Amino acid sequence: MNVKNTSKKLISLICLFAGLILFIESLIMDFSGSTNSFRGAMLVAGMLLILAGMFTFPSLKHHRTMVNIVFLFPLLFTFAITVIIPLILGIGYSFTDWNGIKYTEVVGLDNYIKMFKQPSFIWSILITFLFVIFNMILVNLVAFLLALLCTTKIKGLGFFRASYFLPNLIGGIVLGYIWQFIFSNVVTKFTASLFNQNYSILSDTHTAFIAIVIVYVWQYAGYIMLIYITGLNTVPRDVLEASAIDGANATETLFHIKMPMIASTFTICTFLTLTSAFKQFDVNLALTNGTGSVDGFLGAENYLTNGTEMLALNIYSTAVNKNNYALAEAKAVLFFIILACVSIIQVRISNKREVEM
Amino acid sequence: MNRKPKTSTLVIQTIIAIIIALYVLFPFFLVLINSFKSTEAITKDPIGLTGMSFSQFSTNMTDVINNTHFLFWSAFGSSAIITVLSLVLLAVFGGMAAWVICRNHTVWSQVIYFIFIASMIIPFQVVMLPLISTFRDVGKFVGIQMLQSIPGLVFAYCGFGGAMTVFILTGFIKGIPYELEEAAGIDGCPPEEIFFRIIFPLLKPVITTVTILNGMWIWNDYLLPSMMLGQNGRVKTLPVAVQAFVGSYVKQWNLILAAALLAIIPMIIVFLIGQKQIVQGMVDGAIK
Repeated sequence: MNVKNTSKKLISLICLFAGLILFIESLIMDFSGSTNSFRGAMLVAGMLLILAGMFTFPSLKHHRTMVNIVFLFPLLFTFAITVIIPLILGIGYSFTDWNGIKYTEVVGLDNYIKMFKQPSFIWSILITFLFVIFNMILVNLVAFLLALLCTTKIKGLGFFRASYFLPNLIGGIVLGYIWQFIFSNVVTKFTASLFNQNYSILSDTHTAFIAIVIVYVWQYAGYIMLIYITGLNTVPRDVLEASAIDGANATETLFHIKMPMIASTFTICTFLTLTSAFKQFDVNLALTNGTGSVDGFLGAENYLTNGTEMLALNIYSTAVNKNNYALAEAKAVLFFIILACVSIIQVRISNKREVEM
Repeated sequence: MNRKPKTSTLVIQTIIAIIIALYVLFPFFLVLINSFKSTEAITKDPIGLTGMSFSQFSTNMTDVINNTHFLFWSAFGSSAIITVLSLVLLAVFGGMAAWVICRNHTVWSQVIYFIFIASMIIPFQVVMLPLISTFRDVGKFVGIQMLQSIPGLVFAYCGFGGAMTVFILTGFIKGIPYELEEAAGIDGCPPEEIFFRIIFPLLKPVITTVTILNGMWIWNDYLLPSMMLGQNGRVKTLPVAVQAFVGSYVKQWNLILAAALLAIIPMIIVFLIGQKQIVQGMVDGAIK
């Protein structure tokens, strides 16, 4: 025992010592502007050795604390660098003239004022809200009906469930291009022969907007359906039997028994569709890339060319295509505020409901 | 008592279900048949079976796989490596962090937990632009390439997936009786062994859930890899490669659909193997 402890102590001290040397040495290289290509590997090795040293540190009293630190460190470290630091920097940058690399002066609220003076941005906000409302209603309606269909006694339910869910497995980019093909090649064939309209419905702002909604419902309804199915299956069998004995027909059972009993599922699904529709980006990018002309909106001198550009895509194109990073960051902060409000309302509503139950 | 529905109702319901299934699966069918056609055949007849041939299919596939913008095998490899590495690290690190947060009733663990939960409402767009500049600066400073590299992307996924992983795992660990750990502790088992030998094996069902949720997201994610890797960088994930490929071949629908087919197939295979777990995992993740 004693020998084991001594050797453990030795290993621990060697690890700590070597780790610290490597760590400090690589930091010195970093600060002195060295371009030695080993310094990155040295830093990582140093950090790993320090962690290993702390982990094998022999004192029993501190061991628990050491384990806690070592266990928490990896996730907290990555989390801090990818989320916390960029978030703080980003909010700061939105008040400057940041160009993606550096900023020269603080401009205060200029970016925020500027973005509300852009008719194209106001248009983006409006159609995003419109899209969110359309989606919330349609996805939930379709998903609920599908769930009812998938809880009946028909044969092959497993197959139907799986096939309705299938679109949700595939990423928005690939889906967007598949549907772009369908709208511009297949649907056009029909509209050409039926209405003599031989241009794609993606080229007109209004029909392109409907096209995005169709694709999104197609992709998302299967997933929401699964949640409704789970909800419907939690309705106790004896309650349904009791209502059947009392002579309730299928419609009455649905509206007076099933739907009130799965109210919490409705809340979950409503907010899931709400937040995901707000963040919608991939399908928007692949299907229309935000194009579509709008005439004379808010007295804009020229017509707008971003008729189907949702908020998320607007932020992206402001930064990447128009190279206006500070403005894009200010828009993103507004986007964050909107989503935070939605989440707070959601928490309020679900807490209230839990209290009532 | 179980009322038997009328046969006529069942028939109508089945017909409706089949019609909807046909509508939902129709786009996949179109992708499949049109990968067997040439561009001319597609413009002539996009829904029919005329003009399909295996020789055209193999030409399309070789064209797509060897295309310099797409490079299917390299993109598929990068996507697979990134997804698998991120999932393993998230499961292990997430489990470790969740256990520490759950079993320490100190202010610090509460604060860390709260920050994780609160961060889940942050939309990616807010951190996206400063993230790139932070990664560029940090990478240049310490001499590790963070942008346009696989380790950098795995690092970012660990950061972004951490909050949700910890949230779901802590919910589960709270339900594991603490007596189990106390007993092991009295028997002289050090804390790290308690975690890896007793707790971690118990986490298996919930780690499946987390892995499915994270896996679907990481495999299909476009925005983060496109920002970090660039449209024409050295490393590409599948969605980025599809986007780059389509950008370079605007009207070549036979090639675009063949590329889409290649991008879809891995996910469908995985779904057919683990259908039950995937459906269960998606539902569990949403309800929690």
